[in-house]
Amino acid sequence: VKCRRCREPAIIEIRRHNAAFCTECFVRHCRDQVAKAIHDFDMVQPGERVLVAVSGGKDSLGLWDMLLDLGYEADGLYLGLGIGEPDGYSDTSAAFARAFAQRRGAPLRTIDLPTDYGYDIPAGSAAARRAPCSACGLSKRHLFNTAALEGDYQAVATGHNLDDEAAVLFGNVLRWNTDYLGRQLPVLPGGRGFVRKVKPLVRLGEREMAAYCVVRGIDYIVEECPMAVGNKHLGYKEALNAIEDQSPGSKQAFYFGFLDRASAHFRPEAVAEQAGLHPCPTCGSPTTSEVCAFCSLVTRATAAPDPQPVRMARARRRS
Amino acid sequence: VKVLLRNPRRELDIDGPLRVQVLIQRLGLNRESVLVIRGDTLVPGDVVLDDGDTVEIRPVISGGAVELPGTP
Repeated sequence: VKCRRCREPAIIEIRRHNAAFCTECFVRHCRDQVAKAIHDFDMVQPGERVLVAVSGGKDSLGLWDMLLDLGYEADGLYLGLGIGEPDGYSDTSAAFARAFAQRRGAPLRTIDLPTDYGYDIPAGSAAARRAPCSACGLSKRHLFNTAALEGDYQAVATGHNLDDEAAVLFGNVLRWNTDYLGRQLPVLPGGRGFVRKVKPLVRLGEREMAAYCVVRGIDYIVEECPMAVGNKHLGYKEALNAIEDQSPGSKQAFYFGFLDRASAHFRPEAVAEQAGLHPCPTCGSPTTSEVCAFCSLVTRATAAPDPQPVRMARARRRS
Repeated sequence: VKVLLRNPRRELDIDGPLRVQVLIQRLGLNRESVLVIRGDTLVPGDVVLDDGDTVEIRPVISGGAVELPGTP
């Protein structure tokens, strides 16, 4: 297979573009797609500071690499989730994030949930009776927003790629979660206590992001998060990849078709929900509930276990 | 051809020569879900692997926290 641009031997085929690229042209392709997404969706303006949500995985490290190469002032923020034993998943992913930051000479800020907030995702999510991925997403959403406000960043950039967005859309359509559909956008504007959130990787699939890291020599955590194994999101990705294999371009058509032709129908519901926002009395973050979801999570995740009623404890011993 | 697989880590020996795309099919994998790496270089589907080659089949799907665009 030859590179579509320069006719040198190709290293990767991208079937949805009916194209193949050599190493040099592939890196250029990835940067062009990120630059196009940033431009088309007005994600970041010249001179703005960007905080990149860094996990140590291929998407966030690849995104950070491209933003730096495109000339953006992009700092990283790593959130320690306390997943796995010492030297396990969280420690390993943190090491990849630190190594990348050092190699690029880029600032990396760190928040550690167990040290700074007194809970980790496995135990905290169980205590709060939330799914681990839900507690993790909630923690990230709150802490990245807060850190960006405090650090005077104009945007938070996340490594959500085309596959992520197509899978989330698939799940929301399957269940007609119309409130989520109204907010599934590549850019969520800032204001009223929110920093702008941008997803510059929406034009790149995760196979491209893994390939980008390989050709750029970026080491990242390949192992799947142990808390995510078997979740619905992974199932949606598998289903979409089965379709993509038969019909290349389906994921892109699904997601960008939604943005072009359907997204606006669901916006009023999302906008109406924003009208009920007020500051959380505990932390000041915007919320539509009495106390924000993050403060509720911290309270429940760090609370002492409820004492068991005597009758229930006896019944359990008998069984 | 020595084939290194991840999640869980394991090794297989498969008779060569064979094309990368045939190897992926034979392993029952979706070509959208993996990369094939020889040494530190990506190899596309039409490359022929010979006995003596070692390749890594790297999964590319990740599905951690799904950050639904909610309010904090």
